[in-house]
Amino acid sequence: MKLAVWTYEGPPHVGAMRVATAMKGLHYVLHAPQGDTYADLLFTMIERRNHRPPVSYTTFQARDLGSDTANLFKTACRDAYDRFRPEAIIVGASCTAELIQDDPGGMAETMGLPVPVIPLELPSYQRKENFGADETFFQIVRSLARPVPRTERPSANLIGPTALGFRHRDDITEVTALLHEMGIDVNVTAPYGATPSDIARLGAAHVNVLMYPETGESACRWMARELDVPHTRTVPIGVGATRDFVAEIAGLLDVAPRLDDSRLRLPWYSASVDSTYLTGKRVFLFGDGTHVAAAARIARDEMGFEVVGLGCYNREQARMLRALARDFGVEALISDDYLEVERRIEDLAPELILGTQMERHIAKRLGIPCAVISAPVHVQDFPARYSPQMGIEGANVIFDTWVHPLVMGLEEHLLTMFREDFEFHDAAGASHHGGKAAPRPQVDPAPAPAESGPEARGGAVDIVWLPAAEKELKKVPFFVRGKARRNTEAFAAQQGVAEISVDTLYEAKAHYAR
Amino acid sequence: MSAQGCTATPVLRERGQREVFCGLTSIVWLHRKMQDAFFLVVGSRTCAHLLQSAAGVMIFAEPRFGTAILDETDLAGLACAQDELDNVVTQLLSRRSDIRQLFLVGSCPSEVIKLDLEKAAERLSQQFAPRVRVINFSGSGIETTFTEGEDACLAAMVPTLPQSDAAQLLVAGALPDVVQDQMLGLLADMGLADVAVLPAARADDRVTVGPNTKVAMVQPFLGETLAALTRRGATHIAAPFPFGEEGSTAWLRAVARAFGVSDAVVDRVTEAPRARARRAVAQAAEVLSGKSVFFLPDSQLEIPLARFLTRECGMQAIEVGAPFIHSGLMAPDLALLEAGPVISEGQDVDLQLDRVRAARPDLTVCGLGLANPLEAEGLTTKWAIELVFTPVHFYEQAGDLAGLFSRPLRRRAILQREAAE
Repeated sequence: MKLAVWTYEGPPHVGAMRVATAMKGLHYVLHAPQGDTYADLLFTMIERRNHRPPVSYTTFQARDLGSDTANLFKTACRDAYDRFRPEAIIVGASCTAELIQDDPGGMAETMGLPVPVIPLELPSYQRKENFGADETFFQIVRSLARPVPRTERPSANLIGPTALGFRHRDDITEVTALLHEMGIDVNVTAPYGATPSDIARLGAAHVNVLMYPETGESACRWMARELDVPHTRTVPIGVGATRDFVAEIAGLLDVAPRLDDSRLRLPWYSASVDSTYLTGKRVFLFGDGTHVAAAARIARDEMGFEVVGLGCYNREQARMLRALARDFGVEALISDDYLEVERRIEDLAPELILGTQMERHIAKRLGIPCAVISAPVHVQDFPARYSPQMGIEGANVIFDTWVHPLVMGLEEHLLTMFREDFEFHDAAGASHHGGKAAPRPQVDPAPAPAESGPEARGGAVDIVWLPAAEKELKKVPFFVRGKARRNTEAFAAQQGVAEISVDTLYEAKAHYAR
Repeated sequence: MSAQGCTATPVLRERGQREVFCGLTSIVWLHRKMQDAFFLVVGSRTCAHLLQSAAGVMIFAEPRFGTAILDETDLAGLACAQDELDNVVTQLLSRRSDIRQLFLVGSCPSEVIKLDLEKAAERLSQQFAPRVRVINFSGSGIETTFTEGEDACLAAMVPTLPQSDAAQLLVAGALPDVVQDQMLGLLADMGLADVAVLPAARADDRVTVGPNTKVAMVQPFLGETLAALTRRGATHIAAPFPFGEEGSTAWLRAVARAFGVSDAVVDRVTEAPRARARRAVAQAAEVLSGKSVFFLPDSQLEIPLARFLTRECGMQAIEVGAPFIHSGLMAPDLALLEAGPVISEGQDVDLQLDRVRAARPDLTVCGLGLANPLEAEGLTTKWAIELVFTPVHFYEQAGDLAGLFSRPLRRRAILQREAAE
């Protein structure tokens, strides 16, 4: 039993819903109690889908337990087929139905429905949403995909995009265009937009583009083994990764690597002088493993940031991310405990957070700029405009998205010039940020009256800031002031100094300088 | 018009897929109302995900609700689950010294594995007395629908209320603070100054019950709470629910009569707010008048709201669906609702949507899972959940309540819409 406050992932059957809702001509019969239908609103509200998810819930109640929950399931299954006439049905149980052990898969198979019925075993008390999506798509592929002749022209499947995915809609468009430039057709995109009959012809492709390992890896592995369709390892997010992806595809299909980079702006924008201020910005990355890994490379190699920490919430990617973290010389945080992520961010005091909607809230509270790079999604992650993460345009979008929360180069110089200006003090915040976050109480206490004498601070040893030092500390830019304060106090404690003077402050600065 | 309204209308009872929330969702407003309470759901990842999705945004870093997520080891043996729960609660209460009431909230999985939360609540109450009182109730979807979670919570609190023989008024049902203050102001002006409210904002606020307690309900979904209060000797003041000018006046008048306050006093106290409410409702009613409305089941507010929309806003009800109809609590509102609409209880969502499509109502009141799909079919919808989360009771909110229904219609009229995607 573990206390959860906010969760990064839903239960596995929500992952199955993401696959079912992305597809057409497929129906999901879910053995579940009343209330589990809440998941519909994720799709209709967050993603603004104009149709109900293709899910029938059996909606059993307490009085049905031990009597006829099995019949309820059969009725729901029959009604769903009669009403929706799907090409195939997936059946499964939510967490509660798993406990009553009605075996939806077994029951559905005995009903003699005239379409394929695919049973799902999704262990609700062990696994989570991404596993549910990956496993569901794998079972659908395994049940429906058959060896078929290859297409004459080189072609690829796009594997992994689902409903409620982070920018999946636009990534599909971008990667499709990328492949077309190399003369490669898209055979099938799945699950997003695919029908069961499309799944049956996955084997016609020469290669699978594994866009999102979180939701498509098991299916790709199976297709490599059973249908002899190899899949890509590079996720084309960022300039370097996009070029590597083109090279990988070219190698797999024996075509010329071609990339139209005439619209690519990230490298020049990053090299232009206004971006000088980005140099060494300390960033913390958190999200799903795939997006974090891609973002880490962009952050360091393409934006010139310093990655001070990274992590992911999905254990399936823990090994990959730990290896990556070693390359970056940081420790990976593998956790789905939101409070643990918040503590890590507080400790690291980054200047920019690249995270999920959850980190956006942490950032708001701590007054740190933040951009969103990964699911779990929010209504804001489904913009009306074209906004991919992958390919050339994805790189452009990422540059803008990451830079906008920061204070721009020239603006930062002006801020420094006018720091003491009465209308332009730190507490006023940047004008384009709208609502100002509440300052961290332990970092930004209300300024004491100028001559109020030394101010005692809590801690193991009572270290006192002399007024002049306190005043000097206020000249440190607000986003690193907390760190400066902590470092100085740690230095003072280490040196056995009870009073912090201006000298102590600068000695500490020199001590920690790298 | 029949004097009996819909009293004798046969209820269409349906059984099938229900597109409704479970009772856990009540925690979203209950935790705001009870300011020193923590709601600990003992359930699955689905429960945590539901609460997060229903709460919409993460306003609080450490909200006063959370989920103790059961895992495989808990399912293997029950003794272990009780120990695990003790550990979670001990951790929680040591970190949150501000918590004075802890609700252990049962869920579908905890009910199915028969995890005894009552026993746990007794044990933990002893352990943490007197600082923290531990109470259990079920918000599970196999037993409760949406607002029934509040009913289960309040009903579970009733046995803990101290006994009192004083003649007193107890108002049951969680209201937003601003609305509650308005209500208490009106009652005080009528001479009823000493009014207890369940749930109280804090554990120390004294709420008592006994044979001379008279109970007025401000929410229509509190059948179990009323039964529990009746068992403690309280008597019920039957009244229409205080929505709109008419409902608010009828409710206040019923309470006044129960305490021997004359109609003349009620008239004097309510004269100004009644006039304000009528003016405010009239604006929205211009849009609503003559339009048809179809309620899908959601919160049990449907029948009183249909009464308000038909009698004060000039709408026509086609079907009024409720997840559950408590005949005793609903009788006054059903009697006022003009015969004509289908009154339905429970749900088979696909069959009900067939009826919606056949009737093509001007306004469909439904849950969030259905609203955009119906809009895409060209139907105008009102999200039902907003009716629960927004201040809508009593006079000063009557105009806002009508506005919640008129806004979608006004919006559809304004937009130069192209064909829905």
